[in-house]
Amino acid sequence: MSVRARVLIRPKAGILDPQGEAVQRALPALGFDGVQNVHVGRMVELDVPDQTQLEPMCEKLLANPLVEDYEIVLDV
Amino acid sequence: MSSVTLPSLQDALELGLTESEYDLICEKQGRAPNQVELAMYSLLWSEHCAYKHSKKLLRTLPTEGKHVVMGPGENAGAVDLGDGLVCAFKVESHNHPSAVEPFQGAATGVGGILRDIFAIGARPIAVLDSLRFGEPEIGLPYPFNEVEEDKGRSGREKEINTQHPQELGETAAKLADKRSKLAANRSRYLLDRAIAGIAHYGNSIGVPTIGGEVYFEAPYEQNCLVNAMALGIGERDKLVTSAAVGIGNTVVLFGASTGRDGIGGASVLASAELDISPSPNQNPPLGGDSSGKGPNGHNRRSTVQVGDPFEEKKLMECSLELLQRGLIVSLQDLGAAGLTSSASEMASKGEVGIDIDVSKVPLREADMKPFEIMVSESQERMLCVVEPANVAQVLALCEKWEVGGAAIGAVTDNGCMRVFDRGELVGDMPVRVLVDDCPLYDLEPIKPASTPYRPARPPQALRSPPTQPRELMLALLRSPNIASRRPLFEQYDSVVQSRTVRRPEQADAAVLAIRPLDGSERGPIPGIAVSIDCNGRRVAADPYTGTVAAALECASNLACAGAEPLGTTNNLNFGNPEKPHIAWQLTESVRGLGDACRALEAPIVGGNVSLYNESPPTRANAGPIYPTPVVGMVGRLPDVRRAGRSGFARAGDAIAIVGPFVPCLAASELAKLRGESLPDGLPAIDLDAVVAAQAAVRDAVRDGTLSSAHDITEGGVVIALAECCLAGGLGAQVDFPAEEERRDPKRDDLERLFGECSGAFVVSGEQAALCALAERTSIELVGTVEGSSLVVGSQIDVSLSDLGRAHSALAELFA
Amino acid sequence: MKFGVLRFPGSCDEVDALYAARRVGDAELLWHGDRDLRGADAIVVPGGFSYGDYLRAGAIARFSPVMESVIAFAREGGLVLGICNGFQVLCEAQLLPGALLPNTNLRFTFRQVDLEVVERDTAFTCACLVEGEQAGDVARLSIPAKHSWGRYYADDATLAAMRENGQIVLRYAPGQNFNGSIEDIAGVRNERGNVFGLMPHPEHAVDELTGSADGLCIFASMRMAAEGADASGLPPRIAGGARV
Repeated sequence: MSVRARVLIRPKAGILDPQGEAVQRALPALGFDGVQNVHVGRMVELDVPDQTQLEPMCEKLLANPLVEDYEIVLDV
Repeated sequence: MSSVTLPSLQDALELGLTESEYDLICEKQGRAPNQVELAMYSLLWSEHCAYKHSKKLLRTLPTEGKHVVMGPGENAGAVDLGDGLVCAFKVESHNHPSAVEPFQGAATGVGGILRDIFAIGARPIAVLDSLRFGEPEIGLPYPFNEVEEDKGRSGREKEINTQHPQELGETAAKLADKRSKLAANRSRYLLDRAIAGIAHYGNSIGVPTIGGEVYFEAPYEQNCLVNAMALGIGERDKLVTSAAVGIGNTVVLFGASTGRDGIGGASVLASAELDISPSPNQNPPLGGDSSGKGPNGHNRRSTVQVGDPFEEKKLMECSLELLQRGLIVSLQDLGAAGLTSSASEMASKGEVGIDIDVSKVPLREADMKPFEIMVSESQERMLCVVEPANVAQVLALCEKWEVGGAAIGAVTDNGCMRVFDRGELVGDMPVRVLVDDCPLYDLEPIKPASTPYRPARPPQALRSPPTQPRELMLALLRSPNIASRRPLFEQYDSVVQSRTVRRPEQADAAVLAIRPLDGSERGPIPGIAVSIDCNGRRVAADPYTGTVAAALECASNLACAGAEPLGTTNNLNFGNPEKPHIAWQLTESVRGLGDACRALEAPIVGGNVSLYNESPPTRANAGPIYPTPVVGMVGRLPDVRRAGRSGFARAGDAIAIVGPFVPCLAASELAKLRGESLPDGLPAIDLDAVVAAQAAVRDAVRDGTLSSAHDITEGGVVIALAECCLAGGLGAQVDFPAEEERRDPKRDDLERLFGECSGAFVVSGEQAALCALAERTSIELVGTVEGSSLVVGSQIDVSLSDLGRAHSALAELFA
Repeated sequence: MKFGVLRFPGSCDEVDALYAARRVGDAELLWHGDRDLRGADAIVVPGGFSYGDYLRAGAIARFSPVMESVIAFAREGGLVLGICNGFQVLCEAQLLPGALLPNTNLRFTFRQVDLEVVERDTAFTCACLVEGEQAGDVARLSIPAKHSWGRYYADDATLAAMRENGQIVLRYAPGQNFNGSIEDIAGVRNERGNVFGLMPHPEHAVDELTGSADGLCIFASMRMAAEGADASGLPPRIAGGARV
């Protein structure tokens, strides 16, 4: 039985995120005021047979731990 | 054949066929077409595939000449470069897909034109683009946010219908200003995303984007133009055609898998006037709900194709290796109308039949119906014909390049295009009827009593245009049609492949060495130069002369680089040809193109037509685009070491105006800035004089006697001088002869400074060398390269840094 | 002296690198699926979009069969040059410190940039001469850069160690750092000094006809490092193509 997982990857705190900044700058122009802390990352969706594989998978390939944080979300 | 209910005449009409066309199909087939057949007929008999309103005109164009190796009708044209090499090239439009989704539309436009090049066995070496958008309203704070009263919709989609402000009171004028800002939002968005799409595809695939052009005019606001041109180099004796040959040979589809991308694209998207708003009635009548979308969920966005340059890169390398190893007998890319068009064209050219079993096509989505598979416009796919003994090797090579490949059919001797689904016959059409029997229509051209185009609204940042030459020059340098394109071309890789000798803004034409530079060169290094051009406003003012001017400008650009033309490609972007006025534009324009190409000995080797570029008249700035016959021209130069430059190069050089310099303000950039109406006609061009001037400049550049050469176009001689100063980082002191000494004393000062014409150049070099040009063309010494300002008589004195600031006005569009 | 130039699906500048390397020695292309480095004395990991740059630039190429051999080759002290996408691959493979992030302008940007050679006593810059040199002169190279993912980043501790070890080899000249790289860093080497990566493209600056020949000194340096001081393979005029 495999498990449906989502890996959310975002820039590490403190690392300049120009994509997030661009989105944050664009929102007020569309009338959405007061939005803060916008960050743009990636999501990887996958079915894994063994959920303990997910962390090493993130460390080795899905994220770059030097500059990115990741979060594993399992579909229950 | 399966006994599903046959589609009705109504279905045919919704697919874009006329009643008489449908009747003709029934008559030729001896029965009504079924679902698969009707889908295929509707595509191949569309304007996009059948050229039914333009074919008769196109037949008048010159297509033969001593350099032509492959003419119109193949995937791309080709001209001879000597040494057993040819240059393949073609321009194609992707206008409507880009208006719907500019990033993917532009990206897949580049992907499509690249496939055309490697489909004939040439390796793509360069891309150029020709773009048209509405006014971007530079110089105003951006983004424009004035949609409070209508928060339900995004600014991009918002429309306020107004008439021209000059006919209205103050409130209405304000409303019109607001409308222009909202329109500018969309124009900027389209520009930004189209450039990003071109960059994404070209950069990722390793083909340099070396040039192009962009104009901003209100008539393109609702119908932007995205034309892409590609060039390739191939060995003359290794070129391949798309004609299917060899009864019993296998048909192999390779590349990406097939999904529902772009279904109905060719007939619904490319051959109907564009209405950008979602239209719930756009359901394809043929099983439209099978895509999983509800009956009202279909809008045109569902027909947008998505491109993958990585897949295309592998596909390109795979195709070229298949040809290099002699494993395939013919090759064709899949573009508009997908398998339908590719397979039928291959069969038609080879005068054979083709059987295809759609159940063998690798699919991206399950449960696709046979007609969907046949019309899918999924990108990055090629079709080839292979001798049965080579099929295994072909599929193995596909595997090496990680490209999907499948044998999906065979070449037959029955002259029919037959479609099978798991062995069951689901479509059977005579190839001749499918490809050749679409009726061709005569145009009914009538010159309109007055121009249908409104005068341009002066940009809001410049509501009262200056009158002094200095301020006019700066305003023109800042204007979107003249300002530096650096913020655009900086997004393109222009040097990959080690051939680029002149990048954008270094010369009037891009220059490439024919062979990649590897350090082993001894003696002359032959090269090619390429240019693409068309000033639609001038064509709108005078379709014949404006089109002649577009072709001449390409040749002038080549001359400045030191190249003589070898061949021409064109993309005719026009409105609805069924309207007499547009028919007149098209007829006159094609006549001009033919005359110019004959005079230049640069025959047309291929091209494309994009009609129906107009919007429903209920919208502001609706109606047809400016007629825009984009001309691309390729030339050869004997030694790239002597390729010309546009910038002044040496202090102390003399400056001259060379060629038939007859400046005229009609339809000029200055006239636009002042909000003047389009004139009815432009002054006639002395073709012989222009061709002679181009030859004189070209030879002088080749001899190395000129330091710089630049042709005089938008904004006239002063803008040309400013561009020479900026490109070379050197100033100039220029004086025009006093009023009484002029050839035509009636001409006013501004016309002399900012008037536009064809075939005149600003050149610099040693005075004796410039004077020697007088034997072949007219020449007027006007000044000297010196200092760090541009000084024109007593009227203009502007520092290089001020010129540069004005010229970089487009940077704000990409900030 | 033989250069091996890697070719991944999606490589774009591998042939340019091949021609550039051939100006100073022999060179051949090495297919990504092949573990055999075919006796190459130095490896070039070229620019482009290996494996489409999907997931993250260089992330997938780093696990290709040929990279296994390159990693082993580097661990044994072999010379490895990574250009642009190749630099990203070498960082992903942890042969070089730090990481590359999206440009701050969020666009693919092509620009001819001036680079300052911070370390001249390296296997990749030892041929970068300054004509008529005076004490304190800095060699400058005019080289095109073109990328959308070129903002160099390393954390403070790593940067301190790199400065200490002379690992920061190239910096963008003042005003030329368009991608937002930390400390204007354009090129770095590993601690041992045999692996070097840079974002700008020296292989596109090897001939005055295409705008500059300054990049040739990078390839010439590698030959000198591999074969000894007088073996740049170039007449002195070109080897010293770098200008003050």
